[in-house]
Amino acid sequence: MLSLASLSRRELGERLAGPGLDLGTGGFVTRLSSPIASVADGLHLLYGDYPVHPNGQFADFHVSLMPSPGLRRWYKPQVNFCYDGQPVFRPLPLDHAFPMFEWGLNWCVSAHANNHLIVHAAVLEKDGLAVILPAPPGSGKSTLCATLAHRGWRLLSDELALLRLSDGMVAPLPRPISLKNASIDIMRDYLTVPGQAAPVFSRPVSETSKGTVAHLKAPSAAVARAGELARPAWVIFPKWEAGSEAVLSPLPKARAFTGVASNAFNYSLTAAPGFELLGRIIDQCGCYEFRYSRMDEAVALFARLSSGLAPSAA
Amino acid sequence: MKPLPLIVQVLRDPPVLARLSAADWDLLLRQADKSMLLAALGALVESHDLMGAIPAQARTHLDWIATLARRHRSGVQWEVEQIRKALAPLGMPVVLLKGAAYTMAGLPPGRGRLFSDIDILVPRARLDETESALRMHGWISAKQDAYDERYYRQWMHELPPMVHIQRKSAIDVHHAILPLTAAQHPDSAKLMGAAVALGGDSLYQVLAPADMVLHSAVHLFHDEFKHGLRDLLDLDRLLRHFGADPAFWDGLAARAAELELGRSLFYALRYAERLLGTPVPAAVIEAAATAAPGSLLLALMDQLFLRALLPQHPSCADAFSASARFALYLRANWLRMPPVLLARHLFHKAFLSPKQ
Repeated sequence: MLSLASLSRRELGERLAGPGLDLGTGGFVTRLSSPIASVADGLHLLYGDYPVHPNGQFADFHVSLMPSPGLRRWYKPQVNFCYDGQPVFRPLPLDHAFPMFEWGLNWCVSAHANNHLIVHAAVLEKDGLAVILPAPPGSGKSTLCATLAHRGWRLLSDELALLRLSDGMVAPLPRPISLKNASIDIMRDYLTVPGQAAPVFSRPVSETSKGTVAHLKAPSAAVARAGELARPAWVIFPKWEAGSEAVLSPLPKARAFTGVASNAFNYSLTAAPGFELLGRIIDQCGCYEFRYSRMDEAVALFARLSSGLAPSAA
Repeated sequence: MKPLPLIVQVLRDPPVLARLSAADWDLLLRQADKSMLLAALGALVESHDLMGAIPAQARTHLDWIATLARRHRSGVQWEVEQIRKALAPLGMPVVLLKGAAYTMAGLPPGRGRLFSDIDILVPRARLDETESALRMHGWISAKQDAYDERYYRQWMHELPPMVHIQRKSAIDVHHAILPLTAAQHPDSAKLMGAAVALGGDSLYQVLAPADMVLHSAVHLFHDEFKHGLRDLLDLDRLLRHFGADPAFWDGLAARAAELELGRSLFYALRYAERLLGTPVPAAVIEAAATAAPGSLLLALMDQLFLRALLPQHPSCADAFSASARFALYLRANWLRMPPVLLARHLFHKAFLSPKQ
């Protein structure tokens, strides 16, 4: 199948402004259209590895990012995220169009894909085993996820852990990683290593509801392996704390259960099947809290975790 | 007008489902979604045993919505039991209406029907008691504006919608099926007198078959066509279900006349037959036609209804769809109250009510 990189920036812009682009991410196809240049720029920069499906077949989500009409075309222009033609959210400033695309695509999945228990969590894989990192905003989840995704772990998702109700396997949805404020420069520095390809970030957008936001391109290998499922093996609640040693402490299963359930988008909706699935997953997983401040220590500790050594303080 | 939309073709002739390509499904699912019929489409595929015959992507979408439908169903059952706790002590029967009635009575329109409110009908004289009993059990009026309060209490056929303070579930308490200000006054005592117990239930009742069909018709043809196709499908399903018993048809037109709902029944039969191919005996059509409008008005109504009953999706629209919907919005309000009152109401909603 064609990848998005086979389209030039100009061809991409024409597709988006015209018939739409059938973009594959994980198990989903999104028919995307938008006349907005920053949307095409962001896709051109971050989505080169993703498949482009032939037009006019089946798409799961029909999405358009459209400038608000009327006076808003000239005065403080705005953008709407539309699902099958209808705006879903309040409009944002036009400059926020690309982050809005990313957030909106998360919404498409979390509001519909109810054959999964969908948890707000980062997920990564090594040797077929997945680590689930559920966390509220501000816990440093995305920073940790971006680090691990470039240090031996395969990125499954930065935002949405899709746990299949049928068998509890994690369905990968590797997409760009959303970084905020100070994390952007920290990760830019951390991932810039002599002799390796420089990390690719989207243009930072300031004054969003989350502060300044930039998206980091997902590793190509993770995108290429998006069809490979993984079995949950660890549930770890990360917490970044200034100056902290990397400490992994066991978490009682009952607390891990409620911690994951409270971060799930559709725990109540999936009812008994969701409850039973989460019970099985918590049973089969090692459950921990993880405190850290330095990336290298975190990387070392996670490497020991995956090699089966009893976890202990670094 | 354009050929019938895919969703209508499928509802008329479900075996068509087995012949649709992935690209057809791409459109069908969106038309169904806009009409609030996704879960009903899933139920249709299942009841015709066609899950294995449709593209995998479509099956996945139907699986997504089935999760929602299952949760909805158990949620409705739970709410109905909570309402029982509040109202059982009043010692009067409570009539479930519309979605809750279809679901709880296991009627065909209940399969895959998602709705947001539970509607009940109680005698007007017991309205205050009902309201306080629900308040005691955590339901509060969602509307706070003094104008809205007055709109409901003085002119409408229901209390201001009540929402449960913890569960956010909504209940509409009706004492009639049309506003007090409408020209027709279906007698609620007659409706409640004919209502039948839900299974062996001591509290809950549902309307008698003919009355249930008439209420469904009046709801559709006096309202604003937000989910026209879904409501027409309710009618189709009820007519096919109850119509299997020939005795059902005998008294239908007479009952409509008795409740001043002849015009609604006429429209219901006409458009269910035209759009969904609902089988209706010729004698019933003839009897209902005594309440038909004049031929000029009917020609206009055909133009409006046959557009507004289609899904509100660009693929189903022509140049006149938006005007048809707007005309029917005005008509719905016109039917609800006399013109002077209507002008006052629309003025208030446009200029004085606080914006959301």
